[in-house]
Amino acid sequence: MMTPMQRVLTAMGHEEPDRVPVFILTTLHGAKELGLSIRDYFSRAEHIAEGQLRLQQKYRSDCLYAFCYAALELEAFGGETIFIDDGPPNAAAPVLRRGEDIDRLEPPRPGDCAGLNRTLEAIRRLKDRVGDAVPIVGSVIAPFSLPVMQLGFEQYIELLYGDPERFTRLMAVNQRFCVDWANAQLAAGATAIGYDDPLASPTYIPRELYLKTGHRVAMATLAQIKGPTAMHLASGRGLAIADDIVITGASALGVSTLEDLADWKSAVGPRLTLIGNLNGIEMRRWTGADAEREVKQAIAKAGRGGGFILADNHGEIPWQVPDEVLLAIRAAVDRWGRYPLEWIE
Amino acid sequence: MHELSSEFRDALAALDRLRVETIFQKATLLKPAIQVVEELIVPVMAQLGDEWCSGQVALSQIYMGSRICEELVERTLPSLAPGRKTRPRQAIAVLSDYHMLGKRIVLSTLRTSGLDVLDYGRMEVDELVERVRADDVKILLISTLMLPAALKVKTVRKKLDAAGSRIRIAVGGAPFLFDRQLWQEVGADAMGRNASEAVAIVRRWREEES
Ligand code: B12
Repeated sequence: MMTPMQRVLTAMGHEEPDRVPVFILTTLHGAKELGLSIRDYFSRAEHIAEGQLRLQQKYRSDCLYAFCYAALELEAFGGETIFIDDGPPNAAAPVLRRGEDIDRLEPPRPGDCAGLNRTLEAIRRLKDRVGDAVPIVGSVIAPFSLPVMQLGFEQYIELLYGDPERFTRLMAVNQRFCVDWANAQLAAGATAIGYDDPLASPTYIPRELYLKTGHRVAMATLAQIKGPTAMHLASGRGLAIADDIVITGASALGVSTLEDLADWKSAVGPRLTLIGNLNGIEMRRWTGADAEREVKQAIAKAGRGGGFILADNHGEIPWQVPDEVLLAIRAAVDRWGRYPLEWIE
Repeated sequence: MHELSSEFRDALAALDRLRVETIFQKATLLKPAIQVVEELIVPVMAQLGDEWCSGQVALSQIYMGSRICEELVERTLPSLAPGRKTRPRQAIAVLSDYHMLGKRIVLSTLRTSGLDVLDYGRMEVDELVERVRADDVKILLISTLMLPAALKVKTVRKKLDAAGSRIRIAVGGAPFLFDRQLWQEVGADAMGRNASEAVAIVRRWREEES
């Protein structure tokens, strides 16, 4: 039997491992495992590490997931986070309220932010426990998507169209921060970094504009990250920019449930490993049979020849998704994911 | 009007304010402004909404475009502008969520279409139930982005039912796009995939009422 690391690396080398690798990307579920509130859970590195280890054992996932919540990066810029009892934390008010705030903005250092340090410490603990047997997936919000939290979505769209100079300055600051934050996670023991850039999706920003802005930022940023990266559009569509994503240098891509894995497979072939694309929102009410059908379908569409990791389509499974569903997904991978996939017509 | 509409669509998608305005002026030479809104702007925005759902235009274009149209209509047709006559019987709120963009776009589009709506901003369940009762709202539009917030529509519905209210609720936002059964599960009466569908829903319900 392969270790999760061998399995994932084989798949990412576009060869067939022993079975389809599966990432059960749970974050909040760690709090349930430890019997803690979500706020308490995220308040200590040892909780996060312990939670991830337990979840990995329970679901036999092929990775550990160091992502906590997106608003953590806003904390680094002086923002606050709002916690609720039954869902992901959210960013509170924007920190950049006026144009001049951008002119004065300096990139924070990851080591200066308590929240980011907790993630780094959690990664170190995980690495201590699993060594090279299980990949540890870190994550960053792309410089191009972070401003939605820094400024607010409306204000950011207006900046993007109306103030190219300040936009460029903001990108420079965010890029510096993003590279440092990604490399700090790699140095702490992360195997790869998820680059979360939903604004790259043509659902949000037209391709022509993206190519002049977020795409250039992605190329420059990924080039400085000292490890493999997976671009993630956080369930936004991306087929129309498939070739653009390939040339960013990312090795993998998170695919939306709104798109067909087979279309992606034929669009990118062996140039990207596909991660996805189970519908995390719908998952909440799946039966065992639903889970099996969905898993089987995803594997049939993208499993052949490797280059595929089964996961949800957002990179985070909602709090409301019951254990039984996740266990059913996992069981279905054992049943239908063994290579060679002879059952596929 | 039909010939102008593809031109208008392109100008709007390109966020070319000047061209949008010129085409609008040209159209008002043919028909009264209020009819131009009805026959040109509203259908083009509906078309762009559909194109957003099928992935041909981006949200940034929808947002900027909705603002351009809102501004244009408010400037040229102040009589359509909300806030006069009677108090509207419809309201929109972001429920227990901090993401306001969806509501902003829906609100702009409703106003452009000549529909006046009370803007409740962001509210928690109890506050929303109270306000809706106090204002005697007949149509409630709810926008959410996070799943836990979307699930709270169920409580809003329960509390309003318990109070004997016969209000109609329309919902929208990302969770409802990913789970096409969710709106029924939470007890909404309709779901709209984009802002123009919100306009269609409100118009339909108002017609049914009158
Ligand atoms: C861009 C994005 C991000 C960006 C920016 C987020 C932001 N806005 O602040 C970043 C990377 C920062 C991010 C982070 C997170 N995200 Co996010 N993100 C998205 C994405 C891709 C788009 C969200 C968005 O803002 N859309 C713009 C709005 C305007 O679109 P909309 O709600 O669909 O509204 C349109 C229609 O639905 C309709 N509409 C809206 N309201 C109404 C109302 C009525 C009555 C009607 C008729 C119509 C209507 O009209 C609008 C215009 O057409 C979605 C996935 C997706 N494909 O939608 C996930 C998504 C919203 N994110 C999600 C989550 C969970 C998060 C995080 C909590 C993750 C985490 N653990 O940290 C954070 C929270 C960030 C924060 N603010 O604190 C989930 C939420 C659902 C859930 N699982 O609970 C989503 C849905 C992904 C998923 N498929 O699970 N995210």
